[in-house]
Amino acid sequence: MNEVVSPAALKPADYATDQEVRWCPGCGDYAILKAVKSVLADIGAKRENTVFVSGIGCSSRFPYYIDTYGFHTIHGRAPAFATGMLLANPDLDVWIVTGDGDGLSIGGNHLLHILRRNVNCQILLFNNETYGLTKGQYSPTSRLATRSPSSPGGSVDSPLDPAGFALGCGARFVARGVDTQVKQLIEILKAAYHHPGAAFVEIFQNCIVFNEDVFDDFVARDAVAEHQIQLENGEPLVFGEDGSKGIGFDPEALDLVTVDDPANALTHRTDNRNLAAALARMALPDFPMATGILYDNPGPIFDTGSGVKTSDERSLKDVMRAGFTWSVD
Amino acid sequence: MNTLIRDNTRAARKAVETVVVRLAGDSGDGIQVIGGQLGLASALSENDLETFPDFPAEVRAPVGTTYGVSAYQIHFGGRRIKTIGDEADMLVALNPAALKTNLETLKRGGIVLVDAGTFAQRNIERAGYTTSPLDDGTLDDYQVMAPDISKLTQESVADLSLGKKDSLRCKNFWALGFVYWMFGRDRAPTKQWLEQKFAAKPDIAKANIAALDGGHTYGEAVEASGETAFSVQKLEMAPGLYRSVSGSEALAWGLAAAAELSGRDLVFASYPITPASPILHTLARLKDIGVKTFQAEDEIAAICAAIGVAYAGGLGVTSSSGPGIALKLEAMGLAVAAELPLVIVNTQRAGPSTGMPTKTEQSDLNQALFGRHGESPIPVLAAHSPSDCFETAIEAARIALTHMTPVMLLSDGFIANASGPWALPDLDAIPRIETKHHTEPEGFHPYLRDPETLARAWAVPGTPGCEHRIGGIEKDFASGHISYDPENHQKMTDVRAEKVERVARLIPPLEPDQGEASGDFAIVGWGSTYGPISRAVTNIRAKGHKVSHIHLRHLKPFAPNQAELLAGYRNILVAEMNAGQLVRLLRAEGCTNAEGLNKVTGRPFKVSEVEDAILARLETGHE
Ligand code: SF4
Repeated sequence: MNEVVSPAALKPADYATDQEVRWCPGCGDYAILKAVKSVLADIGAKRENTVFVSGIGCSSRFPYYIDTYGFHTIHGRAPAFATGMLLANPDLDVWIVTGDGDGLSIGGNHLLHILRRNVNCQILLFNNETYGLTKGQYSPTSRLATRSPSSPGGSVDSPLDPAGFALGCGARFVARGVDTQVKQLIEILKAAYHHPGAAFVEIFQNCIVFNEDVFDDFVARDAVAEHQIQLENGEPLVFGEDGSKGIGFDPEALDLVTVDDPANALTHRTDNRNLAAALARMALPDFPMATGILYDNPGPIFDTGSGVKTSDERSLKDVMRAGFTWSVD
Repeated sequence: MNTLIRDNTRAARKAVETVVVRLAGDSGDGIQVIGGQLGLASALSENDLETFPDFPAEVRAPVGTTYGVSAYQIHFGGRRIKTIGDEADMLVALNPAALKTNLETLKRGGIVLVDAGTFAQRNIERAGYTTSPLDDGTLDDYQVMAPDISKLTQESVADLSLGKKDSLRCKNFWALGFVYWMFGRDRAPTKQWLEQKFAAKPDIAKANIAALDGGHTYGEAVEASGETAFSVQKLEMAPGLYRSVSGSEALAWGLAAAAELSGRDLVFASYPITPASPILHTLARLKDIGVKTFQAEDEIAAICAAIGVAYAGGLGVTSSSGPGIALKLEAMGLAVAAELPLVIVNTQRAGPSTGMPTKTEQSDLNQALFGRHGESPIPVLAAHSPSDCFETAIEAARIALTHMTPVMLLSDGFIANASGPWALPDLDAIPRIETKHHTEPEGFHPYLRDPETLARAWAVPGTPGCEHRIGGIEKDFASGHISYDPENHQKMTDVRAEKVERVARLIPPLEPDQGEASGDFAIVGWGSTYGPISRAVTNIRAKGHKVSHIHLRHLKPFAPNQAELLAGYRNILVAEMNAGQLVRLLRAEGCTNAEGLNKVTGRPFKVSEVEDAILARLETGHE
């Protein structure tokens, strides 16, 4: 349903609203907003046909800043609203904007179901490993022992990996982007848009107030080469200064290993679900963090119906008259 | 042939105005099937009727247990039938457990037909008796008929070379044949139905027909006494094409009709829950006529999806029962703030919590009226009978769409499952629901209001130039942008309340359903108490008392003249299946003489309970 129109039509600035952006200065959300506007312009998104739907949280303010249709709903439920919109009008292009608390804590159930149903939409999950809007409590993605107002002695619950969760739910498009890696992010968002069905994009987003630089161990300028592997479909899984290391396969462990010889590296295939799941599981310090498109393999899409009758054979009158009737004169 | 028999025996038949028959047996005995057939046969005998299936709560209980008993009550006869009847005139009990659990519904002196063939000691004990109720005096107060139905059924189908198990399966139709003989029902439509139903298994159809005839013949043979053959009075029904309809079906079709009347797609988003699910099941079969159903992952997702439908321009409806409605309340607040049309159906059941899911109650009125956070009024309507669900569903959708507001429609477990004859309405004669989408970009903002209804402008995605953002955050009255301004919040709160109050302009004046428009005594009800109150008031008025019945369909806002009407009665009794929710509201609204008649047993009021309550008050100096 993602319609392509003349790309020259609109510029990124044409998607800006007159609303003052209320994120903290320096918040990673600004960069994501900019990337999204640029993607909308590139793909030639029709403003009237596009809807941004969000829940509650810093990320969920997003719709107010994009001049398309927008619905800022309630905590965690954006996927359900989005599904309803597509049931009413399957031709809409729907983007869901959520966060680690909104999408994975209070709204985990809805995220699960929109993914397994494969509803045709884009889901952007801004992961900042904290509850920003409610002032910095630990979230479902916060690392063990995170100190926060609600966990002064350090959090005791294990974090969830959003990409792994999405794959487990049956998502057919799973990617990871970084707020500051704009070029890669734009490519991911475009691919998400073109993917038929639900496209899930986790975006590592820096909350400079409550969780500053929490992703620095793989996004800082001097960490990228050694601790991040940027996936490209059909390319070898290599990383490190000068591509000196690779990701290979250990047949005994049935899992990935880092290899010192790039010649032993596997090739990235975005249609391989097992590989995607293994790449999602890779964690520092033993592995680099995988970013880019982990999985892109379209499958059957949730049938929202055509919006018209499927036949002219029956009407409501016929339905009401079916079965046993009798007439009184 | 049937006519002939009826003519021959007419002299011996006792004339009766109405009859209540209760059929009971094990879940596997096919009680619901014969209940449905008795209903149709009675409609064809020019009777009005009402029926109610009483399923066991367990999905598949062991054979012969009391909790595996399935029952069906039917009230038919020659006057307007408004209830399923306080007590049964006849009980059919196809096993000891059915007798044990249903005997209390049979009136003293009533007829009980049992299958003596099932009263082996083991079955008797399994039902919780120690000795056989057939000969220990348990049934002394009743007229007992105890043929060995199992054996007689096997004899009736003997020619068909069926196995014993298949033969015994026909005993429900044997019992039905006997009941048909007693009340002079025509067997032909049931035979036709059997032939169609078992078209692929003609032997089974023949066997059931043979059993039906067997039971009927048996009735003729024992007819000598004349005590057990009745001639039921007929009622002239208004001309029209009729069918039997349950509240759930009528409600589902009403929603589908509202979609057609408004030229929108119906999207019904729901999560399974007793006793609301039949609405989902009914609508799920209407995909070919453009109805979409969505079985959501939970109650919250269901209402959120329905709101998403409304945002995108469809007719969004969600449905549940009390506990499920509780889960939807937060989202209802959003629908109030976003001012989107939405119909929420609550098929109430006995609560709180799981309560008694298969039993009826009206205890969610407070939840419907007040169960949200913040100042969030919404219109609330209640259907009063199975067929009334059709019109009420249309009205709920009409209010939602024309006033841009969520609307709560209250039904309950009784109305949902009960059924009766329904003269099919002429869909073309129902006024259309006129709502337009806003398409003019010039000067547009999403909170522009219709000066008459105060409904906000509904611009839907796909409309160029009307792109806008809405949500749960308070909006500026004049621009629709986010606003935390104190005066603006006051103004928006007031305007949302006023918008709901203005729905009253659509509501016709409230009139007594029976009786004078002022006087000494009025009984007030809402929802499914209509039947018992109505019948009780008819009975009391027949005795010469001036009592009026006022029944409320509109619970928020009230009909514009309601306060004035109620002020005209010296005494007011409010009957409801809860601990006094409407009566307290009426008192708060100035009707300080209102008194409650309340019942929370999971069962509807009996006519006699209402009658006794009114009479007691008439006697103790209310007059
Ligand atoms: S609290 Fe954090 S996530 Fe929220 S706007 Fe501020 S910096 Fe961004």
